[in-house]
Amino acid sequence: MSTMTPSKLQKIMTSGQYGVTSECGPPRDCNGAAIEEKARLIGKHVDAINVTDNQTAVVRVSSLASCIRIKQLGYEPILQMVTRDRNRIAMQADIMGAATFGIHNMLCLTGDHQSFGDHPTAANVFDLDSTQLLQTVTMMRDEKKLMSGHEMKVGPEMFVGAAENPFADPFEIRVARLAKKVAAGAQFIQTQCIYNIPKFKQWMQGVVDQGLHEKVFIMAGLTPMKSLGMAKYMKARVPGMDVPDELIKRMGGVHKEKQAEEGINVLIEMVEELKQVKGVSGFHIMAIEWEEKVPEIVERAGLYPRPEVS
Amino acid sequence: MRLSYPTNVRIVKLPCSGRVDVIHLMTAFEEGADGVFVAGCLEGDCHYQSGNLRAKRRVAYVAEILDQIGVGGERVQMYNLSAGQGPRFAEIAREMTEKIRQLGPSPIRKAKSKGPKGPATEEAA
Amino acid sequence: MIIAKGKPVEEIINDIRGYKKVLVLGCDGCVTVCEAGGMKEAQILGSALRMHFRLQGEDVSVEEASLTRQCDRPYLAQLNDKIGNYDAVVSLACGAGVQFMAETFDNKPIFPGVNTCFIGVTEEKGVWTERCQACGDCVLASTGGICPVARCSKRMSNGPCGGSANGKCEVSKETDCGWHLIYERLKQLGQLDRFSKPTSARSWSTSRDGGPRKVIKEVARI
Repeated sequence: MSTMTPSKLQKIMTSGQYGVTSECGPPRDCNGAAIEEKARLIGKHVDAINVTDNQTAVVRVSSLASCIRIKQLGYEPILQMVTRDRNRIAMQADIMGAATFGIHNMLCLTGDHQSFGDHPTAANVFDLDSTQLLQTVTMMRDEKKLMSGHEMKVGPEMFVGAAENPFADPFEIRVARLAKKVAAGAQFIQTQCIYNIPKFKQWMQGVVDQGLHEKVFIMAGLTPMKSLGMAKYMKARVPGMDVPDELIKRMGGVHKEKQAEEGINVLIEMVEELKQVKGVSGFHIMAIEWEEKVPEIVERAGLYPRPEVS
Repeated sequence: MRLSYPTNVRIVKLPCSGRVDVIHLMTAFEEGADGVFVAGCLEGDCHYQSGNLRAKRRVAYVAEILDQIGVGGERVQMYNLSAGQGPRFAEIAREMTEKIRQLGPSPIRKAKSKGPKGPATEEAA
Repeated sequence: MIIAKGKPVEEIINDIRGYKKVLVLGCDGCVTVCEAGGMKEAQILGSALRMHFRLQGEDVSVEEASLTRQCDRPYLAQLNDKIGNYDAVVSLACGAGVQFMAETFDNKPIFPGVNTCFIGVTEEKGVWTERCQACGDCVLASTGGICPVARCSKRMSNGPCGGSANGKCEVSKETDCGWHLIYERLKQLGQLDRFSKPTSARSWSTSRDGGPRKVIKEVARI
């Protein structure tokens, strides 16, 4: 498929088994233990842990520092990096820094605009975009070169990923955009949360038609609904989110105290259905501020125990 | 003084070489001139202070464009001489004519076989 | 005014290759003053393009025109009857004009003939320098009328940096240090107290960082 790295996640998916990832959002204060606590909750049930980079443009402990902590706990981190806050100089420096700590997974993102976050008056950078960041990491790994052309004796060994939203408008350009990211070096894709399975299948069909599933591991993104309120909020307020009315109805159909459980039932059913979809190589479970439910989800979805690879 | 200079040179008289604009030189070439030279006063001797210096820059600019479009910047040239240097003028006219003859006809004129025949060489003073 | 600079003829030739009827469209606004895209430059470019295509043996017609402004609809409307005669337009207006042309004539390919550089002044004939970056929240009142955003290479609010030497910027000896200028001018104005007070982090949301901007003046609307 593409350059092999020491990444466990890459090895598992390359062996034909489903990859499982989840994410940790670092805290908004300097409590390093909080990161470790979250990582311990999910660590044994996933192959790698995404660490967000100032998600939704809200300042948090840096992704790199948190990744190092998680790595030191013995788990495998995925360094998320947005191009919003740093230019190519800082980003290349951080990629090199991550490599020195044995971090072998990266997720390249452009990042939410800072106007959505807690520092809306900040300047932004966007020196590169996510596709260009993919190109940069890939070049650093495969050619051992920086963008300047400077040659490194030791380069980073990164399994490189990107995000893609199969549901964003216009739908017809989504596969083409994925192809562009793959051409730029993406080895795995974590999708936006899936709720609309028929539409996801339609996108996936486009991916398979172009043979992209043979070039990139598609990890289906899933977020359990905690409540009817959350389902409604996701539908109405989160840009690019496609929540079908039937799901809202189903969540509303059960007693408030049972909604959380119903949300997880829905997710388990979706995993089963997605396992039948050609081209799906893994699952990315984003249990937002609900990390403790990840082990249960992974177990009930038949994805536990996680494979051992050397 | 009865000085002879090549008959293919067409003279366009102007009060000062500073009056020569980029578009004039371009039009001359577009109309089929094989070469154009601008004869201005000696540097430092411009009656209007800097007309000849401006002409020099414009000639250089046109040469650059001619290079870019494949006509060749060497077909346009700036010369400086005083009004009292008649023999020098004749010499320049011969020199320029000889240079252009060696370069051959303007590729524009060759490509423009259907169009009207323009003057062979133009000059402005 | 907006300062622009003509693109190399080769680049324009490359962009319009394949089109048979080309209009080179100047703008009588800023780009005329900075000698980048007025009628005069349109004619020079038109002539160069005609010669080039003739040399290539390609039958391409190139005509020139210029509008009072390309950033106002009524002037663009003057092309309504003529635009059909062309299959491509090279606009010598600033980036705003090029885009407004493309928006107005949405099925017509519009190519830029200039690189739009900055908001600036005529320093001397043929020399233009930058003065403003349209940050949307003018600080000139407290900086002696000299802009630290446009004239400091690091757009510092509390300069000069340690790289300033002999009044010149560390980036280029050709460039004045904006903060050196600010200091000298505040001194001249007897306003050095403004210099000694730290300026806190500013909001960039009014600048490019905030996303595409819009100004509405209600009283001016129809």
